[in-house]
Amino acid sequence: MPNLWIKHARVIDPAAKRDAIGDVFVADGKIVAALSAVAKKRAKKIDARGLVACPGLVDIHVHFREPGQTHKETIGTGSRAAAAGGFTTVVCMPNTAPVADNAGTIQFIKDAAQRDAVIKVLPTGCITVGQKGQTLAPIGSLRRMGVVAITDDGDCVQSNELMRRACEYAKMFDLPLMDHCQDASLTQGAVMNEGAVSTRLGLRGWPHAAEDIIVARNVILSEYTGAHIHLQHISSKFSVGIIRRAKTRGVRITAEATPHHLAFTDEALAGYDPNFKMNPPLRTEADRRALIAGLRDGTLDCISTDHAPHTDYEKDKEFDYAPNGILGLETALAVSLDVLVRQNKFKLPFVVDLMTRRAAAVMRLPAGTLTAGAAADLCLFDPAEKWRYDAKTGFSKSSNSPWHGQTLTGRVKTTIVDGRVVFNAGKIVER
Amino acid sequence: MSWHRRHLLTLEELSLVEIDQIHATAAAFKRTLSRSVKKVPALRGKTIVNLFLEPSTRTRMAFDMAAKRLSADVISLDAASSSTSKGETLRDTAENIQALQADMIVIRHAAAGSPLYLSRILDIPVINAGDGAHEHPTQGLLDTFTMKEHLGSLRGRKVVILGDILFSRVARSNIHALVKMGAAVTLVGPSTLVPHWFTELGVQVSHDLRGALADAEVVMLLRIQHERQATGHFPSLGEYTSMFGLNKTRASWLDPRAIIMHPGPINRGVEIDSDLADGERSVILEQVTNGIAVRMAVLYLCAGGQPENVMPTE
Repeated sequence: MPNLWIKHARVIDPAAKRDAIGDVFVADGKIVAALSAVAKKRAKKIDARGLVACPGLVDIHVHFREPGQTHKETIGTGSRAAAAGGFTTVVCMPNTAPVADNAGTIQFIKDAAQRDAVIKVLPTGCITVGQKGQTLAPIGSLRRMGVVAITDDGDCVQSNELMRRACEYAKMFDLPLMDHCQDASLTQGAVMNEGAVSTRLGLRGWPHAAEDIIVARNVILSEYTGAHIHLQHISSKFSVGIIRRAKTRGVRITAEATPHHLAFTDEALAGYDPNFKMNPPLRTEADRRALIAGLRDGTLDCISTDHAPHTDYEKDKEFDYAPNGILGLETALAVSLDVLVRQNKFKLPFVVDLMTRRAAAVMRLPAGTLTAGAAADLCLFDPAEKWRYDAKTGFSKSSNSPWHGQTLTGRVKTTIVDGRVVFNAGKIVER
Repeated sequence: MSWHRRHLLTLEELSLVEIDQIHATAAAFKRTLSRSVKKVPALRGKTIVNLFLEPSTRTRMAFDMAAKRLSADVISLDAASSSTSKGETLRDTAENIQALQADMIVIRHAAAGSPLYLSRILDIPVINAGDGAHEHPTQGLLDTFTMKEHLGSLRGRKVVILGDILFSRVARSNIHALVKMGAAVTLVGPSTLVPHWFTELGVQVSHDLRGALADAEVVMLLRIQHERQATGHFPSLGEYTSMFGLNKTRASWLDPRAIIMHPGPINRGVEIDSDLADGERSVILEQVTNGIAVRMAVLYLCAGGQPENVMPTE
């Protein structure tokens, strides 16, 4: 593998507070401060004039559907979609078939990642057996197999007693719990945010109170047990307030927001398009603004996509019957730049931080920096390039994206993992 | 003004002019219904499929009757007899109906938005005969048609819609039509079934039955939909009746000329006293009759007919 000399980039490395035009050097798959004159001569040169060079993006919330739902996505195709979106590390949710509640399934995922993935794919395990919320999964064995967190994903643990025990037990390994915050008793049959729009459309509403109650529960249990609970895809203004107050007390909670909750509101459902159907649902403009404010002041730690592939024939249904979830990996950077930098005047390095160092820090992953000695995981993107996103010809196996056909601004040009170019000029570079 | 729409999906999207056009066309068709020969040749040679994937008596019969009065051929399918019970998707069912060369599809479905979904898939006109808790446009049209027959213009008229509003597509279609026609609409019922968000549609929300009924010129009752209420939105039917049921005393608060409406099916003794349902202020069966003329108008216009050309031959 050749050494790399990335030249004339706008290098953004939030960990080192670096934002300057300059070069990045890679030797033996690691970032190095400099190359010798001889090594420079031999290095593969990448002219990055006009591009941003930043740490490879980190997404701590994706669904790669393997094992068991490989008609939607595989670890191979999902990792290619990730690479095309500038991501070099992702964390997979355990709601596969079977669910990842045992060491064997984790081994299967790790083997598939080793064999098929072009980026770093990290597994999570379930909190409870079968994700059924009744008995604890073998969390210690899962930890030994290398899961980076435990979560029951969309099946939020409803029993407070069981969640309390999970917190205490996971704390023994200092393993984070990730929680999709939803009180199921308040959301029976719900398909969208409850409010004026659901009332008009005649669709069953999912009140933000159902999220707020579990966010509050998790704050209480985190404070009580000392466990780290990560709150997934926060969608409600009220929840942002709970998290903000908890953080001022030093409670060990972290939280994420998705590009779709930052970009859209429930008004987008007026046409009953299932590509705007996800869980938690799109909420109101006040909620959207609160998420943006939460990212700005650090209440919310990072951006993650909840990349959730479903085939056309599964999504193409009456709204009530379509499954929840949308793609996110290939559009996350452009959408985040649009909403946060262009519309809300966030500084570009801060948005990079939200998608790299901060995301990695939540899961304590050794990623998200360009400091010397770090793995040479990089994303080179043109923040100004306009491009038309065609989900049908994208790298994911599915195409369920609300951004399909839209012109986006900000395009990933090159993705590098451990010093190897895995995506360049619109194509995956196969091994 | 000519008619341009091919689909009838919602009353939310219709203009007042379009509602008036449908009403005028319905009035013309209604005159033909009192003749000895009730059939007109307007849709001769056309095939209409009634795809009723949710149970219905009145609406389905009225659409059937309307299509036959227009000389169309009609095929009716329900959930049990269609392949949806074998797992066929709505898209596939609808594309098959189109491939069988139907000229128009009338759909009743439990999922809100499904008529809009079909209208994007199919080349033939789609008529919404009720989609979940969203809309029931022909019901809203026939209800407002009936109100106009009794009251003339609805501008400034005080209309109360009473009952289970949350789960009611009838309420939503009536609200959109009545607001466009200038009526003063008040929704009344238990707070769990009449959420405050309805005010954003341009109506009042009240939980004070007496205040709302005072001087109302129309009271429209809605059925308490047991089948949609898995979770308890109110304590019991008995408590509902005692709090919100329409009885003689409460009916006396209405304007003396007020009419009492109900889209059916009625739960006698629950939302309305049996005597009132059959009483002289009740126009419930007129609504049913008007349902034929209004649906004739909708089928005729969406098939390409023009309001000014309704000149039925004897």
